[in-house]
Amino acid sequence: MELRPIFSTLRRHKTTAWLLILEIALTCAIVCNAVFLIGQRLQRMDLPSGIAEHELVQIQLGPIGKNADAKAQSATDLAALRQIAGVRQAAMTNQMPFSCCSDSTGSIMLDPHQQQGTAQVAEFMGGAGLLSTLGAELVEGRDFQPSEYVDFDAAVQALHDGNARGLPQEIILTRGLAERLWPGQEALGRTVYFGDALPFRVIGVVASLARPKQLEQGVQYSAVLPIRMTVADGSSYILRTAPQDREAILKAAVAKLKQLDPNRVVLVKRTYDDARREYFAGDRAMAGILVGVILALLTVTALGIVGLASFWVGQRRRTIGVRRALGATRGDILHYFQAENFLLASFGIALGMVLAYGINLFLMLHYELPRLPGIYFPVGALVLWGIGQLAVLGPALRAANVPPVVATRSV
Amino acid sequence: MGEGPTGEMHSVFGYYFDLALRSLRRNNALTALMVLAIALGIGASMTTLTVLHVLSGDPLPGRSGSLYYPQLDPRDGHGYVPGKVEPMDQLTWIDGMNLLQAKRADRQALMTGGDVAVQPDNSTLDPFYEDTRFTTTGFFPMFGVLFEYGHAWGDAEDEAHARVAVISSRFNDKVFGGGDSTGKTLRLDGAAFRIVGVTGDWHPNPNFYDLNRKSYNEDEGVFIPLSTSQDLSMAHDGSVNCWGNGGAGQAPDHDSPCAWMQLWVQLDSPAEVAAYKEFLVHYSEQQRALGRFQRSPNVRLRSVMQWLDYQQVVPDDVRLQTGLAFGFLLVCLVNTVGLMLAKFLRRAGELGVRRALGASRRALFAQLLVESGVVGLIGGVGGLLLALVGLWLVRRQPAEYAPLAHLDPLMLLATFLLALGASLLAGLLPAWRACQVTPALQLKSN
Repeated sequence: MELRPIFSTLRRHKTTAWLLILEIALTCAIVCNAVFLIGQRLQRMDLPSGIAEHELVQIQLGPIGKNADAKAQSATDLAALRQIAGVRQAAMTNQMPFSCCSDSTGSIMLDPHQQQGTAQVAEFMGGAGLLSTLGAELVEGRDFQPSEYVDFDAAVQALHDGNARGLPQEIILTRGLAERLWPGQEALGRTVYFGDALPFRVIGVVASLARPKQLEQGVQYSAVLPIRMTVADGSSYILRTAPQDREAILKAAVAKLKQLDPNRVVLVKRTYDDARREYFAGDRAMAGILVGVILALLTVTALGIVGLASFWVGQRRRTIGVRRALGATRGDILHYFQAENFLLASFGIALGMVLAYGINLFLMLHYELPRLPGIYFPVGALVLWGIGQLAVLGPALRAANVPPVVATRSV
Repeated sequence: MGEGPTGEMHSVFGYYFDLALRSLRRNNALTALMVLAIALGIGASMTTLTVLHVLSGDPLPGRSGSLYYPQLDPRDGHGYVPGKVEPMDQLTWIDGMNLLQAKRADRQALMTGGDVAVQPDNSTLDPFYEDTRFTTTGFFPMFGVLFEYGHAWGDAEDEAHARVAVISSRFNDKVFGGGDSTGKTLRLDGAAFRIVGVTGDWHPNPNFYDLNRKSYNEDEGVFIPLSTSQDLSMAHDGSVNCWGNGGAGQAPDHDSPCAWMQLWVQLDSPAEVAAYKEFLVHYSEQQRALGRFQRSPNVRLRSVMQWLDYQQVVPDDVRLQTGLAFGFLLVCLVNTVGLMLAKFLRRAGELGVRRALGASRRALFAQLLVESGVVGLIGGVGGLLLALVGLWLVRRQPAEYAPLAHLDPLMLLATFLLALGASLLAGLLPAWRACQVTPALQLKSN
């Protein structure tokens, strides 16, 4: 296909051609970035939590008024929950990965005299069986031993008094955090510090345990402390069961807890899957909106191309007729319009790539986004070339159907 | 062309007639396309702009200008870089109490959020937890809280740790079935409180005075004196920021190194603001001399809007969506410019005739601009309908601000101005290009 006649024609329709190029460029730039943003959201929604997600249910109770012995009550509750048929394990925890609202964090240090913490770490606390109930996989070292647990209120009191002995001495870290603290080195046996130089010895490493929120601080920067929680501390019961039993177990567990003490309020009862879905609901909605915008953009652009191409075909009916009369085949005419569109789309895409890069730089500056990977450029180009060709097909076919006799009629 | 003049006229006429019909049909589609593009662009932009407008609004118009949020930096030396570190977002109990009791502002209130178990007397309602505000009495007059029944408690009740409560009208409807509930008893965390007031229609958005819980659409049902809440060790709800060996359970200790209180002050003149800031610096110096503070004075005194801005209360996603929508509008506009140009240039012949018959270039230009304006107006109406649909969709989203997404008169006006402006802008270039036709040339080509 010779491009020279196309160029000379376009030169006579400069304004319209430029508008089309601009529209394609803008669409290309926005679509590239929108697709990238969708990818980011999907990636976030897909982050591993490190726990047995489909086997867990969570129940959080709120006491009414002061509870004389929250510790004893929590122990009774746990024992009763473990008795429910179908419950494999039960434990208490102060927080769960990827779930809203409460979270406990601390600044971890490698050296007691360090000025700035090395990382802001999510602190998971719970009594015996927390790791195995959650299904967090211990890859190095061991779990806590019964003698190593400390009650939460005693730990708060010890912290308040500056009495390091009243606090737990051991800690379990995630592999991600250990790798951040001591890249490529053994973590077991080392000491980390929290607060005012309070030492904790690393006795175990779990493969993965995502933090509840503030993911930008490092999704996998979590630690587990052997601190026994109670209902009064705002902690939750978590139960592990077979995936198909979750709803039934949830119902039975709430009934059992109500029966043990009706004088309390169920604040949270949900499967972990629901908790996770709720946490990422905003991301899912945003991804949906982005898909909608992309579709709308591509539709508008495609319709714009159809409109302009139809206009051009109408305007050039006589020229087409003359060309046909002079021996051009239908295919020649069809290819002419297809090539013209390809050319305009290519200019638009080239300009669009520059724009896409610029928008990405702006987003990186304002929204903590990474750089747009190179793969988006060829994909974006293919999509727009495809849309352009699809849109121009109808008008081009109409042009190809212009009979040669038009040349003789219209003078 | 061997035909006679009459035959030629006939065939040309027939051909023109045919062309006109075709063009009309095609132009119909073209017009519809332009209207659709403008409507989509306007609809998307107005939906997101309305959400942005609602979310970045002034929570207390008329009052917010004189409300300020004092911040101090009581932390230890760890990680302190003079001049680079922002003070803490909240106050410790001790500092909050000291500043409150100093009474250096026209009005002041010390407060924090709580979660309290409510045991309704009527047996059809199960006990439930309610978002509660623990505050000193300054809250009500300072924030202009409206009362449907009764009134706020006074300084005496604060000092006496009285068991009194103000409830919201929503809470009143839920627990007491509405009506004047002052004097009735409310059981909170197992203790009996006497209701002294029921608030009216007062819903500041964003929930500026405490952004730790929900920034938008927070709806606290119960307000009780701060002193009373501490007597009963009621559960705190919000964020607790500790340093050093600080740590806290559900009810933070009053002397632990943790910040969890909010203080708001009313300062009616710039001189008072300067004086209060001076006071905060003096207070910090004094506390440092006492050994409580370790950093040199690091204070802020932000107004409501400055505080909301600093806290970046408008979600990033909303700003991103607005940018996206305007990008979309831009594409729709470029699209419309192209189509409008095509439509106008198609009528070059007609325009040439009008020019030849004496119409001025300005008259043609005006005619074309009016035409693009009409397209814009129809597109604007379509955009408005789409924006209403869009806002309905936003309200179904899982965001906490979702229920607030409603169009107000200001945004309604903005929609029409945007539509009209956008389409006139889109019509400008095509109209100008189309007016460049030389009358003689156009006549000759026919």
